[in-house]
Amino acid sequence: MRHDIRVAGFGGQGMLLAGLLIGKAAALYDGKEAVLTQSYGPEARGGASNADVIIDDDPIDYPLITRPDYFVAMFQEAYERYRPVMVKDGILLIESDLVKPWPDEGPYRGIPATRVAEELGRRIVANVVMVGFFSGATGLISAHAGEQAIRNTLRPRLVDLNLKAFNAGYEYAKKQEAS
Amino acid sequence: MSDQERVLTGSHFLLGDHACAEGAMAAGCDLFAGYPITPSTETAERLALRMPAVGAIFLQMEDELASMSALVGASLAGARAMSATSGPGFALMMENIGMAAMMEAPCVVVNIQRGAPSTGLPTLVGQSDMMQCKWGSHGDYEIVAYSPSSPQECFDHVIKAFNTADRWRIPVFVMADELIGHMTERVVIPPADQIPRVERKRPRHKPGDPSFLHCLAEDEDLVPPIVHAGEGYRVNFDSLTHDEKGYPATFPDPHDRLVRRLVNKIRLHTDQIMEYEEIFLDDAELAVIAYGSTARSARRAVNEARKDGIRVGLLRLITVWPFPENKVRELSKQVKAFVVPEVNLGQMSRETERFTSLPVIGVNHAGGVMMAPDPIFDTIREVAKNA
Repeated sequence: MRHDIRVAGFGGQGMLLAGLLIGKAAALYDGKEAVLTQSYGPEARGGASNADVIIDDDPIDYPLITRPDYFVAMFQEAYERYRPVMVKDGILLIESDLVKPWPDEGPYRGIPATRVAEELGRRIVANVVMVGFFSGATGLISAHAGEQAIRNTLRPRLVDLNLKAFNAGYEYAKKQEAS
Repeated sequence: MSDQERVLTGSHFLLGDHACAEGAMAAGCDLFAGYPITPSTETAERLALRMPAVGAIFLQMEDELASMSALVGASLAGARAMSATSGPGFALMMENIGMAAMMEAPCVVVNIQRGAPSTGLPTLVGQSDMMQCKWGSHGDYEIVAYSPSSPQECFDHVIKAFNTADRWRIPVFVMADELIGHMTERVVIPPADQIPRVERKRPRHKPGDPSFLHCLAEDEDLVPPIVHAGEGYRVNFDSLTHDEKGYPATFPDPHDRLVRRLVNKIRLHTDQIMEYEEIFLDDAELAVIAYGSTARSARRAVNEARKDGIRVGLLRLITVWPFPENKVRELSKQVKAFVVPEVNLGQMSRETERFTSLPVIGVNHAGGVMMAPDPIFDTIREVAKNA
């Protein structure tokens, strides 16, 4: 089954890396098919920035997303821009300190990813906290695959910190479910 | 990434542009000469990192004219040489692409197509250089052009391109598009000893043998053996019309003989070069012809139409040039119409028309956005209803 995922935030929040880790985890370590595309061009610099990932059990033909089934919003402007195109009953995940959902928003799940990252010592890994949260909350990528993607993407000296970030996000999702 | 290896054997999640670069690495590309241009820059960027680490040469040139000159020079010195560009840069290469054809200097150019004409849409997709790559330089000559539909094919087609260039002594193009160049997908890179490699035909004569005519094609394939600069042969490569010795012979008869051979070495051997994929064509009453990123949408549209009971198939071009003219002739006896979607205003649809008397219906967009499945599906339905 095909799952269309949009990860969106502010330029500089590392949305492309988040998308790359999700796609790579699925395509190389979970035995799925995955495609990553990104908004590309001057309009993508500053303001809302997004990465689109498709995960499927079968080969993927059309590689673009028009209406995401999963929407990860890391920033208010990104939420406001892309929320209207999410499918009805889609899964919404937000950075709960940076996104204030509209009053009529349906069910969603949130994590203060930037704060969690700061507690780990580097706010820059908020994107990877969110990838861990995505893994824990949706199950679309396994924790093992997420960790493998981190090990085989980031420079060696950054791996430990990012694994911690991933696991923090993942555990946050699992605790949220339990409570 | 281990920067020290020529061939990064294994599974990777790779950008199309980077897959082009890895194809060049795996094919044993000795020299890259180019000038960065969106949306092909990532190919050059990766090779700038990768090539020096394995002792190969990366040259950033002053422009695309010089890039193409460097390719011809390197090629005739025995190197596997490649450049990567997009439409505006490709236009600047045209003069020396003709020189490569005339001197029979094998080389590879990757064109990640963007919206055109002119500087057009630098960051957005187009497929409108299909005729430029065939006819862009002056004179009669033949080239081969591949059209990848995925990052995996970017990798595979660059390797094919080097082998085809060396086999037939021609410039070969990998005509990708921005969508494919900028999408990331799994790319499986085989072990180094499983990368196919076709070697250039080399002379039987020793250097200094006065009976050796280095531009004489004695074999059935019409390809003369290639001598490399620096091996001791006294050879002359000329862009003027030349005789079998390689010396200028600017007269009608040698000209007709040479140009006819340059053209025929490809036209008479298209069966050995042409590649395409057939999907659901066996019982098809309608045939879609598509290539590059558009082929992905065409596949979706054909699958959807099949679910609706429409007997439609897809001829997916792997080489756009040579165009599978005999396949179109053969399908013309079976189907009722052709549908040709492409992100240009009708280039390969026009080529299709040359080989069939059936209706050829284009689905077109001038560029800036990938062809979506819906307009192809709608056209298939419409044509099926009226057929």
